[in-house]
Amino acid sequence: MGNDKKQEVHTHKLGIYLWIWGLLFVFSFFSYMVDYMNYQGLLRWSLIVFFMLAKAGFIMAIFMHLYWERWAIVNVLLWPMTAIGVFIGIMAAEAYYTFFTRMFYFVVGG
Amino acid sequence: MSQFDLSKLPQGSKGFMHDWASDQRAFKGVPWGKAMMWIFLLSDTFIFSCFLIALMTARASTTVDWPYPSEVFGLTVFGTSVPLLLIAIMTFVLITSSGTMAIAVKYGYEKNRKLCGWFLLATAIGGLTFVGMQAFEWSKLIFHDGVRPWGNPFGAEQFGAFFFMVTGFHGTHVSIGVIFLFIFSRKVFRGDFDTGRRGYFTSMKSDYEAIEILGLYWHFVDLVWVFIFAFFYLW
Repeated sequence: MGNDKKQEVHTHKLGIYLWIWGLLFVFSFFSYMVDYMNYQGLLRWSLIVFFMLAKAGFIMAIFMHLYWERWAIVNVLLWPMTAIGVFIGIMAAEAYYTFFTRMFYFVVGG
Repeated sequence: MSQFDLSKLPQGSKGFMHDWASDQRAFKGVPWGKAMMWIFLLSDTFIFSCFLIALMTARASTTVDWPYPSEVFGLTVFGTSVPLLLIAIMTFVLITSSGTMAIAVKYGYEKNRKLCGWFLLATAIGGLTFVGMQAFEWSKLIFHDGVRPWGNPFGAEQFGAFFFMVTGFHGTHVSIGVIFLFIFSRKVFRGDFDTGRRGYFTSMKSDYEAIEILGLYWHFVDLVWVFIFAFFYLW
């Protein structure tokens, strides 16, 4: 440790952080406007997810410096997320099945 | 770190193969503390994902109407009710503290002791403001609206349990981050990373890399809030 690590120091211009900061404000404002304007249905969900992923992407890429890291660590961090995607799919199917059986037995009876 | 000249190693997917096939260490140029923080954050991602996926499952499978967050978390300002006002302000405060943290990390790497310390302190105060507003939100829901983990006046009973678990777990993360931000801003102001002063608990010397590792944690807390804001408050 100590003084011999000058070469891989992450110094970027202040401007890029201010830009991303501003972008995050804009994205947050728009995602708040989705609620304020009371958009509903598919439009609401797609806008929410779009702004959410945009914000998450910029925070991870720029603020957390992932854009400048080597692929060895980037891949280790991002591939496990696919397991979460699979889990979401499984539990969505499960939830709709539960809803269906509840409705079926509430309406039709056991 | 100095034994690797990163510019001479293969980049991109070739670099991925090269680093993982090498018999020394896979994460070249990544200090062990940073790699461990990333792996901790990955595991924390899974915990928060489980909370949010459980929220999706409960909300999609209940036959009772889910409370409408836009109204539950609305505030009345000068006689007009504004939806999600407090949550929006909390979101902006947390993003601001994330921005100051990114700048603190930058000045840390430039060994600019004073600016790094001041921006760390600003980040800590932003986090404290967030926790304070969350305490206000909790007390309003508990004492004014009568929301409990087992029931609430707005709709589906699971709503309270998920609200307290999800925002409580996140608020705990923020609170722990605020404590560490205060500790590290003191360490920076005192010049620990310039003089090589040993840590109180670890008895080890550290340097400004510690600020980036702390920054990773703080940005992660902001990142989680992005998802909670989308899935719990906006959906």
